[in-house]
Amino acid sequence: MRDLPGAVKVLAALAVVAVALPLVALAARAPWSDIGRLGASGPRTALFVSIEVSLAAAALSLVFGVPTALVLARARFPGRSIVRSLALLPLVLPPVVAGVGLLAAFGRRGVLGRGLAAIGIRLPFTTAGAILASAFVATPLLILTVEAGVRALDRRKEDAAETLGASRWYVLRRVTLPALAPQIVAGLVVAWARALGEFGATITFAGNIRGRTQTLPLAVFEAMQTDPGAAILMSLMLVALSLVALVALRGRFLAR
Amino acid sequence: MSLRADVRCVAADFVVEASIEAERGRPVALVGPNGAGKTTLVRVLAGLAPIERGTVALDGTVLDDDTTHVAPRDRSAGVVFQDRVLFDTMSAVENVAFGLRARGMRAGEARERARDLLRSMDLEHRANARPVELSGGEAQRVAIARAIAHEPALLLLDEPLSSLDVRARTEIRALLGKLLASFQGVAIVVTHDPVDALTLADDMVVLEHGRVTQTGPIDDIRSAPRSAYAAELVGINLFTGRLEPIGDGAARLQTDAGAIVVSCPAALDSALEDVTALLRPVDVVLYREQPSEASARNAIRGTIRSIADDGQRARIRIDASPPLIADVTSGSVSRLGLKEGGPVWASFKAVEVRLVLPS
Repeated sequence: MRDLPGAVKVLAALAVVAVALPLVALAARAPWSDIGRLGASGPRTALFVSIEVSLAAAALSLVFGVPTALVLARARFPGRSIVRSLALLPLVLPPVVAGVGLLAAFGRRGVLGRGLAAIGIRLPFTTAGAILASAFVATPLLILTVEAGVRALDRRKEDAAETLGASRWYVLRRVTLPALAPQIVAGLVVAWARALGEFGATITFAGNIRGRTQTLPLAVFEAMQTDPGAAILMSLMLVALSLVALVALRGRFLAR
Repeated sequence: MSLRADVRCVAADFVVEASIEAERGRPVALVGPNGAGKTTLVRVLAGLAPIERGTVALDGTVLDDDTTHVAPRDRSAGVVFQDRVLFDTMSAVENVAFGLRARGMRAGEARERARDLLRSMDLEHRANARPVELSGGEAQRVAIARAIAHEPALLLLDEPLSSLDVRARTEIRALLGKLLASFQGVAIVVTHDPVDALTLADDMVVLEHGRVTQTGPIDDIRSAPRSAYAAELVGINLFTGRLEPIGDGAARLQTDAGAIVVSCPAALDSALEDVTALLRPVDVVLYREQPSEASARNAIRGTIRSIADDGQRARIRIDASPPLIADVTSGSVSRLGLKEGGPVWASFKAVEVRLVLPS
């Protein structure tokens, strides 16, 4: 391989250091003797809420993201590029704006919220609301990953299935989705990791209610003002969870 | 009972306008140079590509016309795709069972039938292997089994031998030969190998630049090819007869119209019937007098029936036992003083003759 210019290597090394330094600093500054405090009810509750919200959000993004990815990659209809931009908008939208938008739609006086309230469904400031907010920002990541997979698929496999007498649904179930499994898993992990770290949309739409909508990132933010030690320990907990995601994706991002 | 297709359709960047007829039990070789539209035509017949206008009818049932389009899943077709296109998330037996399962057969029964089919192809021991674990020949057998498991009325094979190495090709050609000989439906084999066309099919359709340039029984096309491509493809010396070893690594092929000497296959220890042999016209050397002291085992005296000279190359047809076709340069024609009706000696080496043994 041709050797790279020195400046490129220096910049790359700086970037790696910049990423590693805060993580090392977190570990260095952590009050390790107080690690038992993570077992206290506050952090523990936030952890459980985080896990519940992030897993449910990942599931939602799966249910809605995979069909969207299939339609965006395959269907030909006027305005497709506009629809695609819309579906991916949350990627570039400031999360707090997403939160405000969700309030405008599903809030007590929202466009849809009023109707939902009439039948007894309330989303803002509930766990369901936190899930919706996380899924809102996480789904485009899954869509992008799966859509790339659909585009790379050999369509003749589906052709072959169809000539063998398979209905559309059977082709999807037995051929298309199994072939997309690696991309679906990758998209799911990325979406889950994004939902786990979600802050802006959640706090705006679902608030910061302990035991209901206070996820770990919100608890970290709150603790920073009163108990920085606890904030650092909870941050390390999030780092540990993120590492799980990284390991799950090792085939894609690590090694090579 | 047959397939009739008369279609116009648009491929990637050209138009295919073709008319094809195929009878049940008489396999058709669809031949043509690369980019002639063969794969497009196969996709049309399978229902995977739309037609612009025309009709496709199988056994009198219209599959495609101006108002009708029968979806691929509702046609009784089996397709062996180029490069096989197996389902790599499934095992070999699941691939073969797919068509039965898709049509609603219970899982256990479908697997059983698929396993039986694999057994008949000597592949039962690979039933649980994934396509990536299979050799080219094994994967091709799975692709063929998958296409015929649901007993289709129309079998479409798109270059079924082109992606294989020489050994697997011989093996799969024998398998297909046996399969097609007993196949009751309409079969169309796309190929650009004359050996495949001659050994697998009875009729031939020559497709060039999206148009059919010739169609009919292969023997008719052999005796009067209508385009340079067809002449090149089928203008090959073909002998069929009884092969018997004569020692020194040689064997004699006795045809109805004379005998030739060929190199003896290693496995042959007694005479074998129904052996096909091929010889390229460029490998036939012509002499005015009887050649002497040559290494070639075959020297046959004959009379020149015709000379087709395009100014560069001449194709000489020779009445002899057996009859031969030879390609020589135009210069040689005048140098040797070759004339229609005149005498000639034709010679070729035993090792130039390609043998196709029966399965």
